[in-house]
Amino acid sequence: MAILNGIFSLAFLIQLIRISVPYVLAAMGGVFSERSGVTNIALEGIILNGAFGSVLGTYLTGSPLYGALAGVIAGMLTALLHAVISIRFRADQIISGVAINLLSVGLTKFFLKIFFDSSSNSSRVEGIKVFQILPPGNGFSDMINQLVGNPMIMLTLFIVVFSHIIIFKTVFGLRLRAVGEHPEAADTLGIRVNVMRYVCVIISGALAGLAGVWLGLDQHQFTDGMSNGRGFIAIAAVIFGKWNPYGAALACLLFGGSEALQITLQSSGSNIPTQFIQMIPYLLTMIALAGFIGKSTSPAALGKAYDED
Amino acid sequence: MDKLNKKILIEFIIPIFAVLLALIFSDILILIYKESPLKIYKLLLEGTIFNSYGIGQVIFKTTPLIFSGLAVAFAFRTGLFNIGGEGQLYMGTFVTAVIGAYLPDSIPRFLAVILCLLGGFLAGGLIGFIPGFLKAKTGSHEVINTIMLNFIVLAFINYLLVTYFRVPETLHTKEIISNAHLARLSEFIPALDSTYASLAFVIAILTAIVVYVILWKTKFGYELRAVGHNPEAAATAGINVKKCIMMSMAISGGLAGLIGLNYVLGDKYYFEEGFSSGLGFMGIAVALLGRNHPLGVVIAAFLFGVLSEGGLVINAVVPKELVDILQAIVIICVVASTTEVRKILARGK
Repeated sequence: MAILNGIFSLAFLIQLIRISVPYVLAAMGGVFSERSGVTNIALEGIILNGAFGSVLGTYLTGSPLYGALAGVIAGMLTALLHAVISIRFRADQIISGVAINLLSVGLTKFFLKIFFDSSSNSSRVEGIKVFQILPPGNGFSDMINQLVGNPMIMLTLFIVVFSHIIIFKTVFGLRLRAVGEHPEAADTLGIRVNVMRYVCVIISGALAGLAGVWLGLDQHQFTDGMSNGRGFIAIAAVIFGKWNPYGAALACLLFGGSEALQITLQSSGSNIPTQFIQMIPYLLTMIALAGFIGKSTSPAALGKAYDED
Repeated sequence: MDKLNKKILIEFIIPIFAVLLALIFSDILILIYKESPLKIYKLLLEGTIFNSYGIGQVIFKTTPLIFSGLAVAFAFRTGLFNIGGEGQLYMGTFVTAVIGAYLPDSIPRFLAVILCLLGGFLAGGLIGFIPGFLKAKTGSHEVINTIMLNFIVLAFINYLLVTYFRVPETLHTKEIISNAHLARLSEFIPALDSTYASLAFVIAILTAIVVYVILWKTKFGYELRAVGHNPEAAATAGINVKKCIMMSMAISGGLAGLIGLNYVLGDKYYFEEGFSSGLGFMGIAVALLGRNHPLGVVIAAFLFGVLSEGGLVINAVVPKELVDILQAIVIICVVASTTEVRKILARGK
C-alpha cells in the first residue's frame, strides 16, 4: 500500500518529470540527427561535454546563463566533430560515435584535473533559478513552482512542440526528412544533402548539450561520467518513439517513470528486485525493434554516408 | 601499382598515420598541461617495455584486449558490428567465476580450467547469439540490440550477484578453487616476478591463431567472410546467410566472454562488479587498428596494453586520462582516413 501511495503522489510526478528532462532533450537531438540520416550514438559523449561545459562556464563567469550557453556550445562542437567524421569523411557513424564517447570521457576527466584539480568532481557552482509563481505552502503550489517555475522544464516542453512543428510542418522539415529517407532524390531536387545533415547533427548537439546543462546545473557540479548512459536511453527512446518528437518524448516519460518507480521501491524498502525494473526501457526497445509491438522502422538512409560527387 | 601492394599499403599506412596523428594531438594536450612531451614519452616507455616488471604488466593488460579485439573483428568479418562486448564479457566472466568457485576441490587442474573457459565462452556466446538471432529473424539492427543488452546484462548480473552469489558485505563472488588458477608467467620466466601476467596470455595468443584458422582455412570461415563481403551474393551462391549471422554473433560473444579470464583465473580469483571499465568497448579500437585481422589485433592489443600500463606510469606527472584521449583519437583517425585513402588510391589507377 505504501508503494501505491508513493507512486500516486505529486512528489512522484515531479521526480518522474525531473528524471525525464535530460532524456527528452537528448532524444529530440537524436530525432533531428537520425531523421536526417546520421546515426548519433555520440549523444552520450555530447551530454557529458555539455554538462562539463555548463559547469566550467558557470565557474569561470559566475553566471549560470553563460554556463548554459557554454554547455550548448560544447555540445555543438562535439556534434560538429561527429558530423565532420561521418559526413565529410564518410566514416562509419557508429564507430565515430563510440570514439567520441570515449574521447569525451577522457577530455572531461583531463580538464577536470586542470581546472578543478580533482579526478572525480568539480567545485560547486550556482544553478538556474527557479521562479516562485504561487506562494509556497501546500503540495499543489509547490508542484506548480517546481515544474512551471523551472525555466529548463518549460524550455524542454517548448522544444518538444517546436521540434514536431519544424520536422512535420515546415519546408526545412520536409527537406530534413527527404535527405534521411532518399538522399539521391533530394539531391536531384536541388537539396544540399550534406549541408542539411551538418545542420541537423549540430542541432542535435545543441539539444543533447542542453541535456548536459540540466545535469550539471541541477546538481550544481560536474561529476566524472555523470551522463551515466542517458545518451543511450535517449537513443532507445528515439527508436521506441518511432523517430517522432512526440513519440520519443512519451517514451522518455515512460523510461523516466520506470526509473522513478525504481527509486520509490528502493526507498520504501520493498523486496521487489529493482534490477528488473531497470531493464524495462532496454527490453521494450528491443521488443519494439523486433516488431512485436508495432514495427519501429528507421529512416531509410540512416547510417549511410552520401557522396555528392 | 599492383593490387597486392596497394592492399598492403592500406593495411599499414592507415594505422601508422592514425597513431602519428594521435601523438601530435597528445603533444598538444601535454603542452597545455605545461609538461614536455618527450619527457612524458620517455617516462612511459621506460616504465613499460624497458623493464621486466613493466613488460609483465603490459602482457597482463594486453591479454583481455586480445580477446576483446578478436570478438569485434570476428563479427566485423561477417559484416556485423558487435558493440555488446561489455555485456558479453560480464556474463562470461561471471559464469567463469561461479563455475570456478563451485567445482569440487578434487577436480584435476586441467579439467577445471577447461570447464571455466567453456562456461565463459558459452555464456558470452549466448548473449552474443540473441542479437544475431534477432537480426536473422526480424532484421532488427544488431548495434542497437547489443547496446540494449549491455544494460540488461549488467542489471541481471547485479541481481544474481547481490541476491545469490556475493560474499556478504562485498560486491564479489567467493574465490575459485585453487585448481582453477592459471599459473603466473613468472613461474616459467622468473624475470616477470610479481607481475600479474598469467597463462591467460598464452590462451589469448592460441585463440588468435584459432580465429585465423577458422576464418581463412575453413569452409565455414569462407562463408562468414562471403556474407561480410556481400550478403546478397553469398545468398545467391547458396550460403545460409541467416545461419552465418547467428553463428558469427554467437562466436563473437563467446570470444568476448573470455575477456575476464585474465582477471578471474589469473589475478583476483573472483568476479567483482565494475571490474571491466570499458574493456568491451576497447575491443572496437583494437579491431579497427588491427584491421580486423588476428595478427593485427594482437599487435594493436599490445600497443594499447603499453598505453594502458603507461597511463599509470605517467599519472604522477600528467593525468592518465591522456591515454584514453589518445586511444579515441586513434579510432577517429583510422575510421576517418579509411574512405579517404581508398579514394586516393582508386584515383591513382
